[in-house]
Amino acid sequence: MTTSPILHLDDIHQVYGEGEAAVHALRGITVEVATGDYVAIMGPSGSGKSTLMNLLGCLDVASSGHYYLNGRDVSELDERQLASVRNREVGFIFQSFNLVSRMDALANVELPLIYGGVKRKERRERALEALDMVGLADRADHEPQQLSGGQQQRVAIARALVTNPSLVLADEPTGNLDSEATEEILSIFDNLADQGRTIVIITHEENVAERAHRVLTVKDGLVIADKKTRRKVTQ
Amino acid sequence: MSFFEILRSAVRGITANKLRSALTLLGVLIGVASVILLLAVGNGSAQRVQSAIASLGTNTLTVRASGGGGSTTTASTKTITRTVADQIANAGLGHVKSVVPEVNTSLTVSSTTTSSTSVSIIGTTPDYFGGVSTSTVGSGNSFTAADVTNGTRAAVIGSTLATTLFPTGSALGQQILIDGSPFDVVGILATQSTTGFTDPNLVVIAPISRIQESFTGYGAVSTLAVEATNSDAVPAAEGEVTVMLNQLLGVSDTADEPFTVTSASTLLATAETSAASFTVLLGAVAAISLLVGGIGVTNVMLVTVTERTREIGIRKALGATRGAILGQFLTEAATLTLLGGILGVIVAIIGSQFEINGTQPVILAYSIPLALGVSVAIGVFFGVYPAARAANMRPIQALRAI
Repeated sequence: MTTSPILHLDDIHQVYGEGEAAVHALRGITVEVATGDYVAIMGPSGSGKSTLMNLLGCLDVASSGHYYLNGRDVSELDERQLASVRNREVGFIFQSFNLVSRMDALANVELPLIYGGVKRKERRERALEALDMVGLADRADHEPQQLSGGQQQRVAIARALVTNPSLVLADEPTGNLDSEATEEILSIFDNLADQGRTIVIITHEENVAERAHRVLTVKDGLVIADKKTRRKVTQ
Repeated sequence: MSFFEILRSAVRGITANKLRSALTLLGVLIGVASVILLLAVGNGSAQRVQSAIASLGTNTLTVRASGGGGSTTTASTKTITRTVADQIANAGLGHVKSVVPEVNTSLTVSSTTTSSTSVSIIGTTPDYFGGVSTSTVGSGNSFTAADVTNGTRAAVIGSTLATTLFPTGSALGQQILIDGSPFDVVGILATQSTTGFTDPNLVVIAPISRIQESFTGYGAVSTLAVEATNSDAVPAAEGEVTVMLNQLLGVSDTADEPFTVTSASTLLATAETSAASFTVLLGAVAAISLLVGGIGVTNVMLVTVTERTREIGIRKALGATRGAILGQFLTEAATLTLLGGILGVIVAIIGSQFEINGTQPVILAYSIPLALGVSVAIGVFFGVYPAARAANMRPIQALRAI
């Protein structure tokens, strides 16, 4: 198993606002994540973990510092290149699912492939495959509002995976779900980790974090703890 | 992302919210249709007025004494008399075909059984018929030039007067009394359509010499109707007649001519001016309705984009470029407003087939691209501008919206 870092954060700072009102969300984060690792980021609310996640997913740009994704310095990319990185390198899973309403599950899963320029036929096959992987192939024609929370999140996972990204990011993926649905989602993540996917998950729930191989604790914009857990699987 | 994919997402966006799309469509439709229709109504009524004036005869000039009044009995060197008319007619003016003097009065006309009050009495020459006026003899004959010379008691009467005085039989060859003075009916005018207050069929036309001798006196005539050789010669004829009259009447100061010359073409010009201002007025009303329609579209578009800022955020998070998002919203807005606009044009064309308050609307060709262009521009601008703003945000900003 390769140990070359897929993620490398180098002294990342994030400041919102200016002068007196400036909020220092991140105060110098330096972290590496190896390919195939399953990392949980924990921390109280306001610790800066969501800010960190948005930076990792290229949804936001850091005030200073360097972020290397697959060895490429993302902080220097332009808008168009960033869109491409979001499309190809990152699969993002949100707490509130963020499916596009009035579009059925299949169309939602196809979206990233459309922006990736994949042909229609191949798109359909890959989207169905991804839906099948999360056990929702039979719900392909359902719109989000016709699905339960757990099912919606599984569609979102299928959407995150369909482009075969090098990094899967999940921001409180089980925050809006009951325990049964949470278990469904977590077992999907377990499987992905077993397949060698790199996963970074944000949570404040212990039972979610303990499924990961490594837990980072963030507080006041700094990483205060970094520990390996027992579940590290070797292949 | 290919153009085809952009088109597909746009169609999906339009069909996703049918009510919203229908409202946008309706706003554009009403705006476009009302602009085209209102301008068409203005144009139609202008054309109606113009054709009404053109039917008066575009070859004719009318000379009226100004200030003095037509049928004064005092002969003066400075009034237009029959002598003056004959002098102009015989001067051999190049653009003048005929000069027809007219005297007018209004008297009671009676037969042995009935009578009719306030009948318009016109004393003139035979050239009056079909030349300077639209009156023509329907049955019987006109009086002749000889009748004018001799002052014959011959009369051509209007059809209404004929049936009023002689309800049972033909008026031809009968005798009528004009203010007690006997005349023979030699002809009856063809019936004319009533266009104003006065009935053009309630009239007696007789030789000018007879009318002057019996009623109005040998003074000034009411009007001189001058027929030009053709409609293009009207301005030239007007010049010739004016110069001639100034000489004959001894006018030294041309700013103080004791007569006015009017022609159908000057009337036409006046009517065109007023019709144009009428069209401008309707155009202003139409522009307001286009503006109101545009504001409606703007509202729907703004609400749509605000509501969809989050969707834009999601799409950006999944790797949509700014161009892809702009393309989608541009196509959506353009498709909706174009569709609405074209439906509006169709509605306007159908609507213009119907007569509106007696006016047949005539669509102005330029109003179609104008109305369509403006409404599509408004729709596209307000559909795309907020979308462009959202597309320029960082994905996380767009996602946090609402």
